[in-house]
Amino acid sequence: MRAVLDVRNLTTRFSTPTGALVAVNDVSFSLREREILGLVGESGSGKSVTLRSLIRLLPSIASQSGEVIWQGHDILKMSPKEVRAVRGGQISMIFQEPTTALNPVLPIGLQIDENLRAHTTLSHRERLNRARELMDLVGIPEAARRLAEYPHQFSGGMKQRAMIAIALASNPRLLLADEPTTALDVTIQDQILKLILDLRDELAMSVIFVTHDLGVVAATCDRMAVMYAGRIVETGTIADVFARPMHAYTRGLLGSVPRVGTERSPLMSIEGTPPGLSSIPRGCAFHPRCDFATNVCRVSQPVTETVEPEHDVACHNSLAVLEAGSPVQ
Amino acid sequence: MSDVVISAAGLRKSFPLPHGLIDRISGKVPLAVHALNDVSFTLHRGETLGIVGESGCGKSTLARCLVRLHELDQGEIHFEGTDVASLSGPARRAFNRRVQMIFQDPYSSLNPRMTVRVILTEALSVHAMRPAVEIPARIAELLDLVRLPQDSADRYPHEFSGGQRQRIGIARALAVEPEILVADELVSALDVSVQAQVVNLLLDLQQRLDLTVLFVAHDLRLVRHISHRVAVMYLGKIVEIGPTEALFAASQHPYTRALLAAAPELDPSKRSRKIAAKGELPSPIHPPKGCLFNTRCPHAFDRCYAERPQLTDRSVGHQAACHLTNFDPKDSLK
Repeated sequence: MRAVLDVRNLTTRFSTPTGALVAVNDVSFSLREREILGLVGESGSGKSVTLRSLIRLLPSIASQSGEVIWQGHDILKMSPKEVRAVRGGQISMIFQEPTTALNPVLPIGLQIDENLRAHTTLSHRERLNRARELMDLVGIPEAARRLAEYPHQFSGGMKQRAMIAIALASNPRLLLADEPTTALDVTIQDQILKLILDLRDELAMSVIFVTHDLGVVAATCDRMAVMYAGRIVETGTIADVFARPMHAYTRGLLGSVPRVGTERSPLMSIEGTPPGLSSIPRGCAFHPRCDFATNVCRVSQPVTETVEPEHDVACHNSLAVLEAGSPVQ
Repeated sequence: MSDVVISAAGLRKSFPLPHGLIDRISGKVPLAVHALNDVSFTLHRGETLGIVGESGCGKSTLARCLVRLHELDQGEIHFEGTDVASLSGPARRAFNRRVQMIFQDPYSSLNPRMTVRVILTEALSVHAMRPAVEIPARIAELLDLVRLPQDSADRYPHEFSGGQRQRIGIARALAVEPEILVADELVSALDVSVQAQVVNLLLDLQQRLDLTVLFVAHDLRLVRHISHRVAVMYLGKIVEIGPTEALFAASQHPYTRALLAAAPELDPSKRSRKIAAKGELPSPIHPPKGCLFNTRCPHAFDRCYAERPQLTDRSVGHQAACHLTNFDPKDSLK
């Protein structure tokens, strides 16, 4: 299948009074048509900044390098005007906290209309009809009445549906989802995840799904990329990574999640805490917490290698990790 | 396991909404959020009882009522046979010491202006646990117990990560040598790898100190991992309670079954496109008549809209509040 998005050596730095922080470090991945890619990591791993870097949705203290090739053009080299056409148009984004992402003083209908006006050539009447269609599409009942309502009149799950309706207004080819279900209850999360899967099928778009929940990844994504301290440490299909993790961090994450049959026994935890951006260890950033670390890990940064077809890993001891086996089998 | 330490019967708690002058003049009925609607259960010595449910189901209110941070509207909580509402003076203080709570947010539950030493000294001296000269040694012991480095004592909460702060919260609760720990969403603010560390610590401490734990959480996987028994709450009521294995393997309430089906599994081969539960939680201000789950239940029939089901026995120690019985263990679950 053809790649719709190709990210090569993407690096994002923030210049702060105390020096430059590298939030995204030399990240490369590609995304195919209709594919859902899960970007997994703990807080501070750089997964959200990576997502925002793709459409240059960053504060002014950020500087970027590398390439983000979208339909043959490098987004990082586009003029501000060209970026605005892509961002919110061909590439849409939904956010974690619908309460803060929606404008509290504007009715939902107007917020959908804003996006339609910016990215389509529809007339006023057509836009109104399209807004109703979008509300139906994302499963908000009584669309006509609810278009006039304000965000505070919507429940958490309905707000997230409304945000998805806004994102879909421009017929995007790629949806960027930044922890869209983290703030929701489990039965509502289930509804939203299935909605995203249905929309992917109906609208034939690709999705990049940022989350910290491995269960969500297992239930929705086609491929996954695991991030640690600003780098992608492992990429592969869901089945491969869950069955044969090759990076010690991935293996530790999988083992940290409680699972059936091991009740009240100690979980396979990862000692220590993820490093801050200002104090990323030398060599492999994970070595202070790693059970497999050897001398080489302390001095040299492992390069990403394709160990199996479609399964890339950046670990000096990937074969030892592979041999140790997956904790979820 | 038969030794009952806490028994709760018919607990009710509601929080009145503001009822202003204009509301009164215009004759509006005062409204209230019904957080607990007739909750009864028992807690046995040495066990972990998991309380699970979605936001707004009343699980945190239940935890707070147990440690008397909220006063009940109705119902009684008995601790070793005495009604805790009747306790006063030294007896109340003794109850406060023996039943300790650990809070959800490690960022707001510790005073930012107090060092760890001051936090722990306060707990130790309020309940006169140790003479002043022995306090430093006890602090060292507590830090060791929750696996924090010894130099932590003279640092402030902001110098610690979320997981370490939660350890400080645990140390503070353990300082007064409680018998019962009420843990409200103990690890939900933490990263996955750090969650596992704190869960392991809790399991280890429970065994070493012979603690009874009430573990309140929204994460089913976690509750299943930690608990001996589990109670599922919905709109301020326990809809199902039973031994962990029985409840997860053969759940007898449609809401429990929906929760289980909705929780994403770690096994990519067990995917399903079926939606686990339609609709959303009804407002706790106007809970539905009849069964509380009737607005979302796929099996609801006439009786469910007229009569609220009570908890009835389904197997040994396993109760569910549903008019229907005999759910097929394989049916509808992934």
